[in-house]
Amino acid sequence: MSGLLTPFRQAVRRDLLLAARHKTEVITALFFFVIVVNLLPLGIGPDADLLRKIAPGALWIGALLATLLGLQRLFAPDHQDGTLEQMALSPQSFTLLIAGKIMAHWLVSGLPVVLIAPLLGVQFDLPARSLGILTLSLLLGTPILSLIGAVGAALTLGVRGSGVLLSLLILPLYIPALIFGAGAVEADLAGLGFEGHLSLLGALLLACTVFAPWVSTVALRVALE
Amino acid sequence: MLSVSQLTCQRGERVLFRDLSFALPAGQWLQVAGANGAGKTSLLRILAGLSEPVSGQVTWNGQGLREDREAFHADLLYLGHQGALKEELTPLENLTLSLGMEGFPPDEARVTEALHRFGLQGREMLPSRYLSAGQRRRVLLSRLLLRPAPLWILDEPFTALDVHAVATLCQLIENHLAAGGSAILTSHQTFSLPPGLSVTL
Repeated sequence: MSGLLTPFRQAVRRDLLLAARHKTEVITALFFFVIVVNLLPLGIGPDADLLRKIAPGALWIGALLATLLGLQRLFAPDHQDGTLEQMALSPQSFTLLIAGKIMAHWLVSGLPVVLIAPLLGVQFDLPARSLGILTLSLLLGTPILSLIGAVGAALTLGVRGSGVLLSLLILPLYIPALIFGAGAVEADLAGLGFEGHLSLLGALLLACTVFAPWVSTVALRVALE
Repeated sequence: MLSVSQLTCQRGERVLFRDLSFALPAGQWLQVAGANGAGKTSLLRILAGLSEPVSGQVTWNGQGLREDREAFHADLLYLGHQGALKEELTPLENLTLSLGMEGFPPDEARVTEALHRFGLQGREMLPSRYLSAGQRRRVLLSRLLLRPAPLWILDEPFTALDVHAVATLCQLIENHLAAGGSAILTSHQTFSLPPGLSVTL
């Protein structure tokens, strides 16, 4: 088992080390999230009821955009310097190496968002219970964003103007995650229970975990031809 | 043994080569010759299984490259034009990480020794962006010492190397051939290796 996961671990380790050398990029995505989410209460004004209502959506959209920011650099630098070629030629499973890269992307861009979300939720006057549900939904949802995003990044690799294309391709695919993620808090406030939404989000995460690395690999092999 | 039959490669509208056939037995090396743009790199990429030919077949020990991809990759060491060197990582980190991703024990002592063999003493911990083109090449070539593989495919391995490093590399290739390995390389430089096969595109 540990042998099977070695390439995965190595790929995660490598990308985390690279991220540590590029601290600005990591911090940029996080600050982007903080600023986007902060702008809304400032723009809308101190209407606590309204803020409470839009909070889940605002945080979720902030998370979507922050994820998108780092996606373009998920494969492009490795493609340029030939690392991707070497990964494709590795005796280890290419899919597991790519899964490792996606995991590292989530650790760098998704996890900080999840951790800081409760703090940002406070200024929307969210009660503690809603804050908890929101954070849980982001914890389940941000890996989905990285996984689906990886497929888009792989498909648009090497295409001119890939940044815009990537957004156009990926944002519609984020809709289910957005609906169930942001909807969990509202459902709970309406007394419907949040478990249904989070279960669906979990199912989505499971499906993406199985399929997204594999589909990304196929797309990357085509891009390498 | 690597054998190639009736290989045709096309880039866009242009046919680079047609019906190319050859075989490379163990212990032999092959030079792919041809002018710039003749399709040398394209041929090497097909031989490494990175791209598909329009027609024809490549087999390694009697098996098609895609039949058992991971077994073929275990036997192959491919060094392309760009060598997967991360500028922000040191040579030591670059090599240990790439070894790890290929499933070999990332032994730092061995990596250091290989770097020394290529004359990179004192550069192990320097971010690769401070290295010259020739030094970067040497870092990449150090992989030849670290990863055992019967088949070497080297795209322009002598580029930017000084006389001393060229001699080291030739010695390495000779040892590799003597141990029953085979090598395919392209080069525009002159170098001294025992007589081998050659294909002109």
